[in-house]
Amino acid sequence: MRHHFDAIVVGAGPAGNAAAYVMAKAGLDVLQLERGETAGAKNVQGAILYADALERLIPDFREEAPLERHVVEQRVWLMDERAHTGLHYRSDDFNEERPNRYTILRAPFDQWFASKVRDAGAVQITDTTVTGLVHDADGRVVGVETDRQGEPLMADVVVLGEGVNGIVGQRAGLRPELDPAHVALAVKETIFLSEELVQERFNLEGEDEGVVIELMGAVSAGMVGTGFLYTNRESVSVGVGCLLADFQKTQVPAYVLLDRLKAHPSVAPLLRDGETKEYVAHLIPEGGYDAIPRLAGDGWIVVGDAGQFVNSAHREGSNLAMTTGRLAGETVAALKRERLACTEAHLARYKQALEQSFVMKDLRKYRRLPGVLHGNKHLLTAYPKAISAAMQSFLRVDDVDKRTKERRMLGRFREARGGWRHVVMDALKMARAWR
Amino acid sequence: MTSSNDRPEPGRRMEERLYTNRYLVDEGRPHVRLRRRAIDSDELKSLVRLCPAGCYSKVERGRVELSIDGCMECGTCRIVCQATGEIEWSYPRGGFGVAFKFG
Repeated sequence: MRHHFDAIVVGAGPAGNAAAYVMAKAGLDVLQLERGETAGAKNVQGAILYADALERLIPDFREEAPLERHVVEQRVWLMDERAHTGLHYRSDDFNEERPNRYTILRAPFDQWFASKVRDAGAVQITDTTVTGLVHDADGRVVGVETDRQGEPLMADVVVLGEGVNGIVGQRAGLRPELDPAHVALAVKETIFLSEELVQERFNLEGEDEGVVIELMGAVSAGMVGTGFLYTNRESVSVGVGCLLADFQKTQVPAYVLLDRLKAHPSVAPLLRDGETKEYVAHLIPEGGYDAIPRLAGDGWIVVGDAGQFVNSAHREGSNLAMTTGRLAGETVAALKRERLACTEAHLARYKQALEQSFVMKDLRKYRRLPGVLHGNKHLLTAYPKAISAAMQSFLRVDDVDKRTKERRMLGRFREARGGWRHVVMDALKMARAWR
Repeated sequence: MTSSNDRPEPGRRMEERLYTNRYLVDEGRPHVRLRRRAIDSDELKSLVRLCPAGCYSKVERGRVELSIDGCMECGTCRIVCQATGEIEWSYPRGGFGVAFKFG
């Protein structure tokens, strides 16, 4: 095997695949390393695919990618222990020629994406764990070591798409260890039903329409977190994730939270008689803008979860992964074309490209959100409860007059937060965090 | 919700949850190892409830035991015990460990 590449990409998730694909397409000599027996074998996501980020790489992906259902309806449920208050948005406009969002299963999807990388001309080696970076005498990264026998693999640049744990970069001192307050632990089950049952239970037409349900409130048991329920072709993905720091505090096992969610009276009928065929756990970087580490140095560049590129407010991650991967790949390809070395100064173009893109703009917009939620957990507990109680008293018909009912409903919000002043403060805090 | 109960699992047993998952176990080469101290730290003890695969359990005399066969390589234990140094964590050798079918 050759021992010097234009680029080595660590990892075959959406970020690594996007980077490797762009560089291989540009004619670079690319080696991609993946520790799983196939791409996707170690990867976990809800999962929603945002078409735009992929379309910029592979415009006709819809013809061949393993997609489950395109999303025609979004539901948000505010839950207490026995009820949910829902906001639904459904539009036939989502039944378009090029739908914007799809549910996917990451293992088959990543395998397909990785096959496109190979088709583009990259050398891909699976079953290979990168164990460290190789530096030259000046401290520049010049290659990687793996758990395979033989000499280190050398390249002009190493693209680190190694995922949330990112221990290769971390051990090389390129970025700090993850903070439990900046990372969520999520667990999920893939529960199989028949295609027809999925359609009937979720009010879907045909095998292609899908629905996304985001769950807030009791589902996270007072922790900063959310749950979800996504329809795949003949299965549903149901999961819940909360900040690891909160799990540490409450000591509620994540799988207990998931079992409770599955047993919730609003959820259980949707899952009845389903067969769980996989139970997974994964970490999600949720520190936002302020947790983004150094993104490039002499001979290395970071993409995807390893760079903390997740917009937790909008449940977006894979699109940020693909976009950061694409921009990193384009940066390296441009430097190669201009015969410039992959030094920290030259790779700074990547950061500039990110700043121009939605990635940094969005992450900066929600910069305050992680802190606000972390310090104001009642936003996820008190309000869903008060809303549920208000809805109930509003809907129950009895001999209480409507004005009294309204007064009681408002009273619940005041009581839930110990006075109107706090309610107003909460609204202001959220508005500021969202601005 | 906190409980002094050492058995963290009401309801389904962990084996049942992990039963459908696919693993290729690297016999004799665990990718997570305990570096024991004289007394288990609170962080290490908390993993009995925090590990989503139930890899950590409390055995006789309250010591924490690790059995990584069901490990999903999430990294929770690595982060929780980073300050105590009781856990040595690396990825399994290439191809080994959990292999998600759906992910």
